[in-house]
Amino acid sequence: MKTTEIPRPVAAGPGRTVSKKRSRGAGSGGLRQAVSATTLLWIMACLYGLPVLWFVLSSLKPASDLFSYPLTLVPHNPTLSGFKTAWESANFSQYFINTAIVCVITTILTVGVSCCTGYALAKYDNRWLKAFFLCILATTMLPSEVMLAPEFLVVRNLGLYNSFAGIILPAVLTATGCFMFRQFFLTVPDELVEAARIDGARELSIFLRIMVPLSRPIMLTLAILSFQWRWNDYIWPLLMLNDPNKFTVQIGIQSIVGAQNINWSVLLGASVISMIPLILVFLVFQRYVMGADINAGLKD
Amino acid sequence: MTKRASDVSASPPRRRSKYILAPLVLIAANVVLFSLFFVWPAVLGLIYSFTNYTGVGVFQFVGLDNYHHLVGDSTFYDALTRTLLYAVLFVPLNFGLSLLAANLVVNKHAKGASVARVVFFIPWLLSPIVVGVLWRWLFGENFGLVNYLIEQFGGSAVPWQSNADLSLIVVVMAASWAWTGFSMLLFIAAIKNVPVSYYEAAALDGAGPWRQFISITLPSIAPTSFIVILLNTINAMKEYPVFVALNNGGPGTSNNLLVQYIYETGFKRGQIGYASAASFVLMLILMAVAIIQLIVNRRVENR
Repeated sequence: MKTTEIPRPVAAGPGRTVSKKRSRGAGSGGLRQAVSATTLLWIMACLYGLPVLWFVLSSLKPASDLFSYPLTLVPHNPTLSGFKTAWESANFSQYFINTAIVCVITTILTVGVSCCTGYALAKYDNRWLKAFFLCILATTMLPSEVMLAPEFLVVRNLGLYNSFAGIILPAVLTATGCFMFRQFFLTVPDELVEAARIDGARELSIFLRIMVPLSRPIMLTLAILSFQWRWNDYIWPLLMLNDPNKFTVQIGIQSIVGAQNINWSVLLGASVISMIPLILVFLVFQRYVMGADINAGLKD
Repeated sequence: MTKRASDVSASPPRRRSKYILAPLVLIAANVVLFSLFFVWPAVLGLIYSFTNYTGVGVFQFVGLDNYHHLVGDSTFYDALTRTLLYAVLFVPLNFGLSLLAANLVVNKHAKGASVARVVFFIPWLLSPIVVGVLWRWLFGENFGLVNYLIEQFGGSAVPWQSNADLSLIVVVMAASWAWTGFSMLLFIAAIKNVPVSYYEAAALDGAGPWRQFISITLPSIAPTSFIVILLNTINAMKEYPVFVALNNGGPGTSNNLLVQYIYETGFKRGQIGYASAASFVLMLILMAVAIIQLIVNRRVENR
């Protein structure tokens, strides 16, 4: 990923500093800069990391220790009982399975549909395709939160109320996904398509056999993003679902928060369990998420 | 000459008309989804906003009554001003924090930048509901870590939950914390694209790091800055889950934001027509934001 750096004179060293917000002594050598940049970076990282650390460590405390003063960062008697109660109580395992089903199906559909649309937008130039591109742009201006009530009625009229399909289908069209694929396919040379055409390949088989395999990195990036969006969705599943057996994890957590007396032990356990799949996906596919692809998709 | 030019321009239209079926098949699924879940609700919503529809049964057209009522509805005004205040606080804070994070992470003098980058990014993975729960746990008035630390250092407990302004500030901090990772990624990519030679030239002229940041980095990443501001403003205007999980729009109803207002009127009180009118006000705001940003962005790029 990194480009090779050309060795350069020492004097030019400080000049290459991309930016330094606090240390102003530019000419006074790299050590001071290194110290101040590193210090500032780690102060900030601590501020960002500590809330999560505190939260996760708290979830390992037995319920009786949660509020015992003085507060301690590391639990004295770490236990998984909070997780166990959360998992067993309030159907949480069922919520977890429901969310997984919804996320996986939505993600597969989103990636497939966005790939097709992005390719069409990038490699064909019919006038109505440009018009449809503007339509997709419009969806970013009018997010579903703005149309909660009418969208709810439409989905209900389609007979999808209280079903997973009612959560999945409205979420499949995403402007970001289409943009990401469009941007990617614009970078694929047209000559590749032309050559395949000269060889007698049909349009759709060019797409399926050549273009789809090429776009694998984008697919993975969008899949991770889509999984994250759907795993974390709250308001739409809340509106759509009526049957507690179909609830998703986020609704489950919110229902614990909404209770008269919050059972913090269960709430912490449930919240931490709900974080695990995303953190795992992220750690495995980190380099895709951290790449510049998200940027390319949103730049348009 | 003219003939040749017309030849050149004649070949793309031929190509254009040649392929109709393939692109149509490729976009078919999205066209159907777009019509079902975007056009249909948008049209319905516009129609409902002129009716007294309650979600069931018949409804009557009431003209602009809903909009008239909205103008005089203090609950709506409170929700609107609270939402705007939230956006005004959240967007600059998130912008500053993510720009700082991005600059520190790409800084070659900073040790452990790759680890820190992951630390900054993890909050973005958490769901807004979990973010709300987490900050509620941190900022609990009687049991939270923050008040505990304040008391340890000799201060007195701060009413994070029972003071409306403080509880808004907690949500602003929580949301900025959660969104830093994403904005930071956009900034990192932009900063890495700034040619190194600019900095070298500036250094030869004796410009310090701060000067270089102001005169080179900031102008170079202006397009990305606009995208970050645009996305964050839109996100702020439609925020809801963090509020629900953190303080449920409380204390009382003082921090009910627009989406929560729409949700409560539409679904709890069954005033779909009225809620649709409120939705269209939100939509107009979002479109205004997007259009202003587009205009400003174009000006900056043409400069």
